[in-house]
Amino acid sequence: MTTTLLDPTSELQPAIRQLNERLPSLAGATVGLLDISKPRGREFLDEVELQLTRLGASVRRYTKPTFTRVAPTELSQQISVECDAIIEGLAD
Amino acid sequence: MVGAKPVDTSMDCHYALIVKKDCATCRLIEPVARVLSQRFEDGLSIYVQDDPAFPAELANRIDDRELEFSFQHEIEVVPTLIRFKADRELERIYGWDKRQWQTFLDMPELGNGLPDFKPGCGSKTREPGMEELLAVRFGRAVNSARTVVIEDDEDIMEACYERGWTDGLPVVPPTPLRVTRMLTATDRPADQLLGRIPPDYAPCSVEKAAINAVMAGCKPEYFPLLLTTIEAALQEPFCMHGLLCTTYFSSPLVIVNGPIAKQIGMNSGINALGQGNRANATIGRSLQLVIQNVGGGRPGGIDRATLGTPGKYSFCFAEDESDLDWPSLAMDRGYQRADSVVSLFAGAGVQPVMDQQSRTPESLTRSLAASLRTVSHAKVFMQTDALLVLSPEHRRVYREAGWQKADVRDSLYEALRCSGDQLIRGADGIAEGIPAQFKDRLVDKFREDGLHITTAGGTAGLFSAIIPGWVASGEKGSQLVSRRMSAP
Repeated sequence: MTTTLLDPTSELQPAIRQLNERLPSLAGATVGLLDISKPRGREFLDEVELQLTRLGASVRRYTKPTFTRVAPTELSQQISVECDAIIEGLAD
Repeated sequence: MVGAKPVDTSMDCHYALIVKKDCATCRLIEPVARVLSQRFEDGLSIYVQDDPAFPAELANRIDDRELEFSFQHEIEVVPTLIRFKADRELERIYGWDKRQWQTFLDMPELGNGLPDFKPGCGSKTREPGMEELLAVRFGRAVNSARTVVIEDDEDIMEACYERGWTDGLPVVPPTPLRVTRMLTATDRPADQLLGRIPPDYAPCSVEKAAINAVMAGCKPEYFPLLLTTIEAALQEPFCMHGLLCTTYFSSPLVIVNGPIAKQIGMNSGINALGQGNRANATIGRSLQLVIQNVGGGRPGGIDRATLGTPGKYSFCFAEDESDLDWPSLAMDRGYQRADSVVSLFAGAGVQPVMDQQSRTPESLTRSLAASLRTVSHAKVFMQTDALLVLSPEHRRVYREAGWQKADVRDSLYEALRCSGDQLIRGADGIAEGIPAQFKDRLVDKFREDGLHITTAGGTAGLFSAIIPGWVASGEKGSQLVSRRMSAP
């Protein structure tokens, strides 16, 4: 006799998303930098901005209200409209 | 039941008599069954719940030990006699009332020689726990979760481990029967959505909560409180998402106030923060399992805790509300003593405070403040909330001096207030501290709503406990949340 159990998980099947096509060059591209509001994040991103600018990218800076919560939908939408690429530091 | 309408005893009716040998009334009416068997022949089926050889020597007995007929026809009492016409039930009688049976069957001589009246016995379908068992057996259970079939040669406990369902400790295997029994404790539909559980923000139904409650070891009577706990954890100010992801120690601590705590036997006394009480242990664990299994929050995955804390297995206790003049935590949050309320705090372990010498509230306050100052770091102020768990003996020091809870709180804030120049980064040769801009200001250790006070513990011991909060406390992080239980 077999035993039947009920699945305690969400039973979610993660969607498989295709990667965006890689940018041919950073020259002329707009790259977003998202500061997640962790201490000293700004200094770190200043350096990243400098490096990107040297490669010819123009950089836009964004800030999440708090690192403890996911970014507001409006912010994600704004970034997707204004940028060709985004760099987000997820955590420390 | 028999009404005033004319009795339909025409020969195209069919009768079902449901009995069990264990019932003295059923044995009493055995001669009646024999008379009916002779009269109706194939028009009578006798369903026997326990002994298929009862009533003796009758051809139209049907073995109903599986209780399918009794369950499908919702038999509550044996004997029950049902009249069908074209497979549709017309009416039924139960127990033994001689006149009623005679009228029902239009047989004025039936049962002569038997007593006039003898009440029936409970149907086997009504034995404790049987209803859910039969619902599962005959496909009436409401389970909609995916089923996982474990083969005979597989160990069930190991199967739960291998599927990643546990927190490292064994779980109770969530069989459909156990889950169905859990669901009977609430009136809420199994498919009702409680909310979306972070970090995956996966929908959590009442049934998914029940499955995880079974695994954690909950009794069904805890389940309504657990549902309220899950809903409290999903309130926005609690910030469950960030709390799960953080590198810090914190994790949900469940504090229970009001009548429900005693009703389900929670511990607020000796070893209240420790092991040994089933309700305390399994309610806290259920919440963690829901976050892990439904929300997908796993250590090393989205849960990035550097060290964690043992409270991440389970952290739940009830407040000692024996002193009716001392407001409970829930009352501090605006609820009444009679409300059953669950509060959630982003707790990071237990920090003991020993003070066996203070006999005045002033001394005890300074003593507690000295320990509270070290929450998260002795030089980090206004950042981390705390829950102070006063033991009954420490509370008595305040009570005997006539202090109210608000006095304790205010005096602690005052005792903790500190000049910023001692706290700024670099002060005292320690790089950690508050920003230099606070150098010339008096600074509070806790934000305005950042220190909560509750009571628990055994009546002997001049010890209290500090439960430090999350370093991301307040509006940008987690705040203590409370939720009142509604009807089950």
